[in-house]
Amino acid sequence: MNSSSFLPRDALQSLIDVLQDRGYRTIGPRAQDGAIQYLDIDDVAQLPAGTGDHQSPGRYRLHDGTSPRLFAWANGPQALKPWLFHARETLWCSTRGADGRLSFAAAPVDERPLAVIGARACDLAACHLQDRHFVDGMTDPAYAARRRGLFTVAVHCTQPAETCFCASTGDGPRAGEGFDLALSELDDGFVVVAGSAVGQTVADALPTRTASREQLAQADAEIAGAAARQTRHLPSRDLRAALFARLEHARWDDVAGRCLACGNCTSVCPTCFCHAEQDVPSLDGTSSEHVREWDSCFSEGHGYLHGFQIRPEIRHRFRQWMTHKLGSWHEQYGRSGCVGCGRCITWCPVGIDITVEAQAICGDADGGNA
Amino acid sequence: MTRPTIAVHKFSSCDGCQLAFLNAGEDLLELAGLVDIRHFLEAGVADEDAGVDIAFVEGSISTAEEVERIRRVRANSGMVVTLGACATAGGLQALRNLDGRNDAWKQAVYAQPEFIGTLEHAEPVAAHIDVDFALWGCPVNGRQVLAAVRQLLFGVTPLDPRDKLCHECKRQHAVCVMVADGRPCMGPVTRTGCGALCPRFGRDCYACFGPAENANTAAMGARLDGLGLPPADIARRFLFINSHAPGFLEAGRKHYRSDFGDD
Repeated sequence: MNSSSFLPRDALQSLIDVLQDRGYRTIGPRAQDGAIQYLDIDDVAQLPAGTGDHQSPGRYRLHDGTSPRLFAWANGPQALKPWLFHARETLWCSTRGADGRLSFAAAPVDERPLAVIGARACDLAACHLQDRHFVDGMTDPAYAARRRGLFTVAVHCTQPAETCFCASTGDGPRAGEGFDLALSELDDGFVVVAGSAVGQTVADALPTRTASREQLAQADAEIAGAAARQTRHLPSRDLRAALFARLEHARWDDVAGRCLACGNCTSVCPTCFCHAEQDVPSLDGTSSEHVREWDSCFSEGHGYLHGFQIRPEIRHRFRQWMTHKLGSWHEQYGRSGCVGCGRCITWCPVGIDITVEAQAICGDADGGNA
Repeated sequence: MTRPTIAVHKFSSCDGCQLAFLNAGEDLLELAGLVDIRHFLEAGVADEDAGVDIAFVEGSISTAEEVERIRRVRANSGMVVTLGACATAGGLQALRNLDGRNDAWKQAVYAQPEFIGTLEHAEPVAAHIDVDFALWGCPVNGRQVLAAVRQLLFGVTPLDPRDKLCHECKRQHAVCVMVADGRPCMGPVTRTGCGALCPRFGRDCYACFGPAENANTAAMGARLDGLGLPPADIARRFLFINSHAPGFLEAGRKHYRSDFGDD
């Protein structure tokens, strides 16, 4: 949108200050409980300076280093999803009055607008997919309100984990669109690009100078290096036909023997949107809250339809997850539901790898990257 | 209008699950207005043979007297609801069933074993009478118990949350202690209900709420083995609290060796 500028490292606090002055609640990455998590930040000192990560199937570890960099890690277990699609949320309340009549009230949505600093390309892509579900068509008021207020400061990824494959899905490591500001982190500061009008006004308020040709080249080279270092990939961006032609493939039984059906993959997936709703009555029985919470296609409730269970076994549930994510998502939202963030691989307690399973099931299918 | 009547009975147990009622604070006062509590020794109400609409039963059945008494509870109650791991799956005391050495344990543990009148096996309540609903947990918690009470008062069967703990752990945004810290967390095979209490404090789940639906105990056992747990420790992970729960008993037995060491 506008020419690149350069924000010296020691001036990064100004970004948080400007956003807070404009009324945003500022969220950013912090190393807490052994993982990079997106939490409230007020001070750049709270960012994970020098922290790096090792990720492999079923394993995640942070390590300390001496680098001055604050964003030199691959994504932790969550990023934007929990801030927009809350894990548990009351949608409405009902009350029975003294006259026996029921009254209903929508739950209030009055949160401060959020500014998220450090969002990755995969998470921005995932956010757009969640928008398709929660905003386009039937609009979810709470999600839409939070989404409207969201200000995103992307940081292009230069440190993919071993489990990352965003280059193969086309969603990273460069944040292509959907951000208000995008940063490239260099040792001495940040190349800043605005991606929206409101982003430009924030950029204009920062003590930046013109980015040098060398700084821009270095930023581009680091992003290109991050793409080149990724080793995993899916057999194709469109596996719809291949998967649905192989619903009885022996591999489904094989993976079901290893899968715990614990739902960790769907919980950490930044695009999974399934949820369940239930009414939680007060003890005296005069009022009730209608609560929505994250659900998973690995739960029994997800496959329960009016008196019978359509997915009784783990093989049915794993197959539902993968055929939806990589297959029928195309019919629903015009593309695959996978953005290549690799979280389902890292955070699977038994290290099941979606790229390996997809290859085993669809590897003989026609078609390269569509 | 007469209020529904309830009783809380204690069998072989530590009394901790009954505290879900007594620790309920203002909700306990609310509850006392909604129901007529006819028997609840820990709360000072004693009428053991009172006929009630709902009987909550804590503890396993481990003596001849308890076998006879649980049958009376069944005869006197519209519904019987087990309260916690002992009543539902045998509890800690059922660990002595595993090697069939009740008498040997008695001799080893007690100075005057002739005064100990236990049966060969300590068993879940459902081994002796029909049970209408089970509340899992060691201990159960107030939120879980009062939610069940509320639904029973509405005249419906309470919801039976059988999902894996991981679902709730992720909703709480706890960092997975197995993936990020290598801990032998039982969350992937354990039913939800505790609010992911242990993982939220960096501890591994020890399965006190018993098996979840569709628990893949074979894959779980293999993962614990991969984390470096010796067979005896893997057995303990499954058998510790809910040794007689279907699924956990079989999984634990695969790795179990008697501490007497000769079988």
